[in-house]
Amino acid sequence: MNRFWAFVTKEFYHIIRDYRTLLILFGLPAIQLLLFGYVITNEIKDAKIAIYDPSKDVVTRKISDKILSSGYFILERNLSHVSEAGDAFRYGEVNLVLVYEPDFAQKLEKTGKAHIQIIGDASDPNTANMLVNYASGIINNYLISINSEKLPYQIIPEVRMMYNGELKGVFMFVPGLMAMLLTLISALMTSLAITKEKELGTMELLLVSPLRPGQIIIGKVFPYVFLAFIDAIIIIIIGNTVFGVPVRGSVFLLLAESLLYICMALSLGILISSITSSQQIAMMISLVALMLPTILLSGFIFPIENMPWILQVLCYMMPPKYFISIIKSIMLQGNSLVFVWKETLVVIGFTTVFLVMSVKKFNVRLA
Amino acid sequence: MRTILYIIQKEFLQVFRNRAMLPIIFILPIVQLIILVNAATFEMKHIRLSVVDLDLSSTSRGLISKFEGSPFYQIKQFSFSYHEAENQMQHGKVDMILNIPRGFEKKLLIENCVKVQFIVNAINGASAGLCNAYATMILMDYNRQIIAENKTISAMVLPQNILTDYSYWYNPKLNYKTYMVPGILVLLVTIIGLLLSGMNIVREKEIGTIEQINVTPINKIQFIAGKLTPFWIIAIFELAFGLSLGKLIFNIPMEGNLWLIFISAAVYLFVILSFGLLISTVTNTQQQAMLVSFFFMVVFILMSGLFTSIESMPQWAQTLDKLNPLMYFIRIMRMVLLKGSGFNDISRHFWALVIYAAGILTLAVWRYRKVA
Repeated sequence: MNRFWAFVTKEFYHIIRDYRTLLILFGLPAIQLLLFGYVITNEIKDAKIAIYDPSKDVVTRKISDKILSSGYFILERNLSHVSEAGDAFRYGEVNLVLVYEPDFAQKLEKTGKAHIQIIGDASDPNTANMLVNYASGIINNYLISINSEKLPYQIIPEVRMMYNGELKGVFMFVPGLMAMLLTLISALMTSLAITKEKELGTMELLLVSPLRPGQIIIGKVFPYVFLAFIDAIIIIIIGNTVFGVPVRGSVFLLLAESLLYICMALSLGILISSITSSQQIAMMISLVALMLPTILLSGFIFPIENMPWILQVLCYMMPPKYFISIIKSIMLQGNSLVFVWKETLVVIGFTTVFLVMSVKKFNVRLA
Repeated sequence: MRTILYIIQKEFLQVFRNRAMLPIIFILPIVQLIILVNAATFEMKHIRLSVVDLDLSSTSRGLISKFEGSPFYQIKQFSFSYHEAENQMQHGKVDMILNIPRGFEKKLLIENCVKVQFIVNAINGASAGLCNAYATMILMDYNRQIIAENKTISAMVLPQNILTDYSYWYNPKLNYKTYMVPGILVLLVTIIGLLLSGMNIVREKEIGTIEQINVTPINKIQFIAGKLTPFWIIAIFELAFGLSLGKLIFNIPMEGNLWLIFISAAVYLFVILSFGLLISTVTNTQQQAMLVSFFFMVVFILMSGLFTSIESMPQWAQTLDKLNPLMYFIRIMRMVLLKGSGFNDISRHFWALVIYAAGILTLAVWRYRKVA
């Protein structure tokens, strides 16, 4: 046991003395969270629009005012002809074009009908869809307001947004970023640490030492459990103090789950390092194979329910998915273990599988 | 010139002899492209709905059947207790609750105005917003229908009506794949390019082979050029391959001039690869280089405007984003492929990339020292 601790101490020195890596390791999550917390929102704000208004009467001006004062849109330019819409889109300066028909107010007065055309730049379909929805919503509201006294039988929706009243994007990003950073840092760092010994040839030295292979691996991994755990705490603290992401459930449970997840990622790292021999390959596997799937297939940005079923099956094979739903459940919904025991079991399952596989793959002899 | 060719030959040999690397460079990205493109959609289908109908009148049932008929909603459960429905939401089994209060119909007929409640799980703000928009649309539809059914009043209703029609240009069916294929392809090429080049010199440093190159007559520029070219060729090839696959499998439109794409790509890849080499020269170990590249990659990707729109970022972030090469290239791809933009339309982005490439290449060459 004494030998083992000596080994762990050696590993700690290794890491702590490499102050650059250490700086990156702790600076990185903090900076990213701060950056993304402020920057990335799914809400629409200040989308640029162009307006073609040939009639320029009271009604069209009022509608334009309503749209521009909503906060969703800002006026980029007024078109003098409809055909300019295509140029504006192609140049990429506007996302939405609003076209009023000529003699708008007059027609509305006389025939009771007038047309507005909303053209969205659907080369970005997500944004286009939302913008068109917002714009037509605003016009509809205006319509209701001019007709309000005459409208009978109104059903009014009363909307309550649960768990995230202001629809803040940060609420999605804290759990997502946590899963991504913990997966990548833990899996990457361990796989690199072990393959580095192989590459430099020092693994041989370790293998002929009286330490058992299991002890070597645990000793190598141990410091990273510690580091990743600190990262998790940093993320939770920044999320809470700077962005007001609440921890409604038990903090202890949250930390325990994070620790469990870190172990899962580390055992994945061990597995990667046991099947590769160079740092470059270990890194390519962890980054190329893990990065986009953790962003896209985990429910981090895109909701899993909307995907085709075959992808949903794939999502169920992604460990981050479970971690993200555990974190959301504990932090935002304030749930206890009773609500997340299934996901927890899955993460434990992944850990065991990765460990068993890497033990089987682990070679005491090199080359 | 011969010297450069030798370095290029050496780098190519190194890449192609590494059996483990080949599939990671060539096959993995393509597989990911095909799979991940399907994942990136905000399109809402099958929102899981729980209905609490305490009124049980024909009006409330009419409203519920409207939700039933909508392709967006899937009724998971009916209950008579709001508490129970909320419990289901807590468990994550439903996304939205439609709560119709007791006396709904009566109140509508007598007081002319009544409220229904939508309770939306808003942890994912974007989905919640859409979910709410769809529900409101269905409700308004139903409201209009009720009014129309009541003949006595329908005559006097809506004396002034503004009709809005919308059209979605360049992608009338709002097909998310045509948007995502070019975007994700760029991400993959970027990741591969940045990692390959970022690891390259630092690896030679770590193993010690850099010393051998340092004592040769190869000069700095030759060395950097020789290191860049192979990866540049690999990345261009990969981009072309991915685009053809996108055309074959997803039938993405290619409205504009493909030369424009490849010329921009050529410049863009210079930026990314030089960036990688710069990282490689300022770090000491592969581990450090990897962490630094990872950091920049995540920032570049999430701020590229691919997943969230750039206009909704705060002003300082938009200014900061001018340093994000990925943002320019994704815009160019999108504009040329989907909208058929010409060179005039994309020129500002293109020149930005050119300046970027020149700047960062100079920096990489300058920073590289022929000492250990």
